[in-house]
Amino acid sequence: MIEFLKRLFGPSDSGATAKQRLQLVLMTDHLALAPEMIEAMKRELVEVISRYVEVDREKVEVDFERHDHALAMMANVPILGVARPSERAPERAPEAPAPVLAAEPVAAGPQPLQQRKRRKKAQRAPA
Amino acid sequence: MERSSSFLSVKKKVGNVSTRRIVVTSGKGGVGKTTTTANLGAALAKRGHRVVLVDADIGLRNLDLVLGLEKRIVFDIVEVAEGRCQLRQALIKDKRFESLAILPAAQTREKEAITAEQFAKVIAGLDEFADFVLIDCPAGIETGFRNAVAGAKEALVVTTPEVSAIRDADRVIGKLLEVPMPISLVINRLRPEMVRTGDMLGVEDVCEVLNATLIGVIPDDEEIIDTTNRGEPIVLDESNRLRTIYDKIARRLEGEDIPITSFEKPTFFKRLIGAITTG
Ligand SMILES: Nc1ncnc2c1ncn2[C@@H]1O[C@H](COP(=O)(O)OP(=O)(O)OP(=O)(O)O)[C@@H](O)[C@H]1O
Ligand SMILES: [Mg+2]
Repeated sequence: MIEFLKRLFGPSDSGATAKQRLQLVLMTDHLALAPEMIEAMKRELVEVISRYVEVDREKVEVDFERHDHALAMMANVPILGVARPSERAPERAPEAPAPVLAAEPVAAGPQPLQQRKRRKKAQRAPA
Repeated sequence: MERSSSFLSVKKKVGNVSTRRIVVTSGKGGVGKTTTTANLGAALAKRGHRVVLVDADIGLRNLDLVLGLEKRIVFDIVEVAEGRCQLRQALIKDKRFESLAILPAAQTREKEAITAEQFAKVIAGLDEFADFVLIDCPAGIETGFRNAVAGAKEALVVTTPEVSAIRDADRVIGKLLEVPMPISLVINRLRPEMVRTGDMLGVEDVCEVLNATLIGVIPDDEEIIDTTNRGEPIVLDESNRLRTIYDKIARRLEGEDIPITSFEKPTFFKRLIGAITTG
């Protein structure tokens, strides 16, 4: 009976799994982000967050996931508590941005560094 | 010096502007580039086109074997590039067809024995002899791939419905779009029964993931291994059930709009039937 139900409701359906996995891996492939860039991004992200809260740096995880048709960066940052005052960001005027620790800016925003030009539908060979 | 082959003397105009130079490529090895090149080339020749198939897999010559022409090779593409022989001397005419020939790869040379410029020049020289030039690309995206692509104006990307082949195909498509050139997708070794049970990516899935235009779907079939063993292109056998598949790809290449049989994913109803009949 279980076998029957499995077959009925799309048992292993490994084809669908394959498709999902491929869509995710191709999106990260297209990002063309070098691993050291991802590391740098992760480091800076942690720096910024630690100005406000105390972070368990060892357990930070950064991953990519597919949300509908876009790639999402998922950061899992375990918080241990409120940051100690010495580490907390200095009070400053609201319009001034918080200081960035690294001197060299790294594009860690939502925009990929060199995302491949939006691929046009590959054209059928001309007659 | 001048050989009196009917093939080589057809329409001796220089610089046939309409010659289609098509690279057959995949990224991943063993997905069916050579098989597709040989059978599609034969299908095109059967339809009356002058066809030259180029083996760009320097060091791993195979196309000759798949077509059963291995015993007749005298010169190869590297020798042509080096000016050791004339292009026409290196062409091996397939006697079973009016207008099919191959330009063999060198078997005992390194991939670096020919540059992309040399390769492109040799291919351009084939315009005089052919309406269709199909270039059988080696696996990978390095030297051999770059050479083969340098000679082409359009591409057929071959993939199987498997994750690693599709990922590699995606990589290759990215490179080809940078050139850029028109790309058509061939899905090889599809197993319809597995698609039906949901255990293999279907045609629509592969096309969606790769965002590419499909030109043909070839099933996984022992017949292909069998004909390859014998060195006989499938279109030669009028009774072969796979004949029409290659013939239709040839016609689509000509620009004809022929619907492609796709193997849809199972609907709930089909699953129910399937579950009842097998359960
Ligand atoms: N549709 C098919 N059904 C069954 N077998 C196939 C099919 N297509 C190819 N094959 C088999 O798969 C093997 C690899 O095919 P082929 O040599 O054409 O691949 P390739 O992409 O040219 O490989 P390489 O990257 O090594 O050049 C061969 O044994 C061939 O007979
Ligand atoms: Mg091959």
